[in-house]
Amino acid sequence: MLDPTQGADLAARADRQAEVVSALSKILPSHCITYRSEDTRAYECDGLTAYRQQPLVVVLPETSAQVGAVLKVCHSLNVPVVARGAGTGLSGGALPHALGVTLSMAKFNRILEIDPIARTATVQCGVRNIAISEAAAPFGLYYAPDPSSQIACTIGGNVAENSGGVHCLKYGLTLHNVLRASGFTADGEPIEFGSAGPDAAGLDLLPLIVGSEGMLAVTFEVTVRLLPRPELARCIMASFATVEAAGEAVAAVIAVGIIPAGLELMDKRMTAAVEDFVHAGYDLDAAAILLCESDGTADAVEAEIARTIGVLEANGATRIEISRDEAQRLRFWSGRKNAFPASGRLSPDYMCMDSTIPRKRLAEMLRAIEGMEEKYGLQCVNVFHAGDGNLHPLILFDANDPDQLHRCELFGAAILEASIAVGGTVTGEHGVGVEKLNSMCVQFSPGELKQMLAVKHAFDPAGLLNPGKVIPTLARCAEYGRMHVHHGALPFPDLSRF
Amino acid sequence: MNVGDAGLRRVSERIREASAARTALEVRGGGTKRFYGNPPRGEPLDTRDLTGITSYEPTELVITARAGTPLSELEEVLAARGQCLPFEPPRFGDSGTVGGMVAAGLSGPARAAVGPLRDFVLGVSMLNGSGDLLTFGGQVMKNVAGYDVSRVLAGSLGILGVISDVSLKVMPAQLGGRTLCFECDETTAMRLLQRWAASGAPVTASCWYAGRLTVRLAGDEPAVSRLQTPAGGHELPADEALRWWADLRDHRHEFFSGEPLWRLAVPETSPPLALAGVQLIEWNGAQRWYRGSASAAALRQAAHSVGGHATLFRGVDKSAGAFAPLSRASLELHRRLKQCFDPNCVFNPGRLYAEL
Repeated sequence: MLDPTQGADLAARADRQAEVVSALSKILPSHCITYRSEDTRAYECDGLTAYRQQPLVVVLPETSAQVGAVLKVCHSLNVPVVARGAGTGLSGGALPHALGVTLSMAKFNRILEIDPIARTATVQCGVRNIAISEAAAPFGLYYAPDPSSQIACTIGGNVAENSGGVHCLKYGLTLHNVLRASGFTADGEPIEFGSAGPDAAGLDLLPLIVGSEGMLAVTFEVTVRLLPRPELARCIMASFATVEAAGEAVAAVIAVGIIPAGLELMDKRMTAAVEDFVHAGYDLDAAAILLCESDGTADAVEAEIARTIGVLEANGATRIEISRDEAQRLRFWSGRKNAFPASGRLSPDYMCMDSTIPRKRLAEMLRAIEGMEEKYGLQCVNVFHAGDGNLHPLILFDANDPDQLHRCELFGAAILEASIAVGGTVTGEHGVGVEKLNSMCVQFSPGELKQMLAVKHAFDPAGLLNPGKVIPTLARCAEYGRMHVHHGALPFPDLSRF
Repeated sequence: MNVGDAGLRRVSERIREASAARTALEVRGGGTKRFYGNPPRGEPLDTRDLTGITSYEPTELVITARAGTPLSELEEVLAARGQCLPFEPPRFGDSGTVGGMVAAGLSGPARAAVGPLRDFVLGVSMLNGSGDLLTFGGQVMKNVAGYDVSRVLAGSLGILGVISDVSLKVMPAQLGGRTLCFECDETTAMRLLQRWAASGAPVTASCWYAGRLTVRLAGDEPAVSRLQTPAGGHELPADEALRWWADLRDHRHEFFSGEPLWRLAVPETSPPLALAGVQLIEWNGAQRWYRGSASAAALRQAAHSVGGHATLFRGVDKSAGAFAPLSRASLELHRRLKQCFDPNCVFNPGRLYAEL
């Protein structure tokens, strides 16, 4: 298991807990602190349930000043702090630290302002993703990034993970839709990144904060950009006889200058699994199903749909259906949006991978995954954000069988290494957390990891914010024993460690 | 240390020597934006040896080029495939490079519609103060592996390292469109633009100057022709419109003749800023260019009071600093970041802030 927090001596832990609780009690009301095992159990994992650790203490502050004070106390006592939103993350980013405080931001769920003229929303970090769009709806506006977990996940968590969704190619990730994030440094000082204007003075540090997985600062308040709700959205569902043909059709659509609002691909087994779950009317004979959405004004959507169909037909689509109304459009999407829970019905457990690859390497990648299924004796179903190359293979396994879990981990690591080998990245939108620490050793050189550790140190010299996540130490990489591979060349012959 | 070719090895060598001797280096490409920021100092380190487009996949919407590649070459290659850099980077001349474009981080007229340059950076290779070649980000659209150092280099004015390669997201170029001009005051113009933006109107650029609003409409053709526009306007012929927007983008518009030139970046709904002098307003009100006699302190206060900041964009006297001062906490963070990339402070010292 990849648990960076094991090995705390029990008696020492109890002493430490008493010390930390006593210090926190001076700045927080007692109902904002929990530390008994039965109370902290609910926080022992996030969406990556294979990794569990009970925190030393959980705090649920109710004011901004209390957040700053908690960080100051933890800093003075040298206690690690793991900030947490809704705990829906899929890479263990919110996995507690055995000797650390889990800082729940759940109570900060107020929408502070919707400005329909400026098209912005300013919200506290604990506001749910979908709640922003709901609050903006009366003004004909919405918040674009829509991760599958959007009914539960919080904007603070989205900022930490740079969350995506199914509309990223056209509308961008969290980073592209956040104007400003304010919060606290590791030692509890207020700080702000970005601005309500187009940019801020100095280095643009917002891209470091967004996607930093709680390692660099604690986000408290966020201003996001809202977009006008498109007049109309329609979705094409196209079937293909091979995954290669579907991949080529996607490239052809983009080659003629169409940027669809959503472009998603499911393989045959995934389609069968979700059809069983949502009864959307998917074509069960197709090797791949492509969902391709157009949005905008009614005229533009009709024109784009017609052009897209022409391209899909010319590129071997075997069956094409277009959503007639909103209900049918949502039904088309329901399968894709429920791909994860549907997989949960195929097998006791599944592990969701998240690499991104250049789209043209898709067929090759899927063939490699087929080979791995045989090698590791486990099944894998695939969904793919075809527009932006983000692949979600779901490896099916039974966590109660330690050998299956082990094979699943090897399978996952093999997918990630194959993704790097074709010029991709180990994580497109779920983050590194604890899950992909080893794979980071393959994607990045020791020099790059050292530089990222130095960035961490610049923000958090004491190393207290979410320690042990995201950036592996060089010692860990040496132990993992996989070499960084860059464009097929083996670098760093001068590093004796390897 | 992982430095591939001879050109890169020379740059890396040079950085190591400078680091050891603590010699300042002025990292530069074509020198078209040398006027920007605080006055450059140090021995020139030219990036124009590092040249060439290393990969371009139109159907992947990604192009990768060495830092010293002329921006004009990159734009020509994209145009040949019907694609473009949608943020319309200002060129200020013919000799600018791709690396310089990223380091300056400037976006042009389309920025309010498509987002800033930073959003289109997918990955960067760079040399840090130790002369090590490091790659961050990549060539794919979605990538959250590790800290996003590549986008921090956008607008960093070269103070963290020497960019050697850049991967950019590109988009289909929008052809056609219309450019309309209306006589109206600033308040009326901004209200109109913001109403259009909130309704999803296909406005891809705007400029208000001297009582005239000029807007560019493109993309969704039916919506372009259907848009309700104020009476009494006129349309620019297509070739004239192209020239007009290019002149605005590269600061050849008459407003930009003369110094000092200030740039005020403010929330777009900020009220008109009462300043003695003339203003040219872009980005639906978010970018306000100013020429006049107001003091640096007054301009910075005016921008700060509405949640923005003021930059002395062009001017001889930069004693007040080209950029608005940072808060104490932010400056401390900047200092530590500079230190961790460039511990001997060789790259463009003082160009962004005197302390860095």
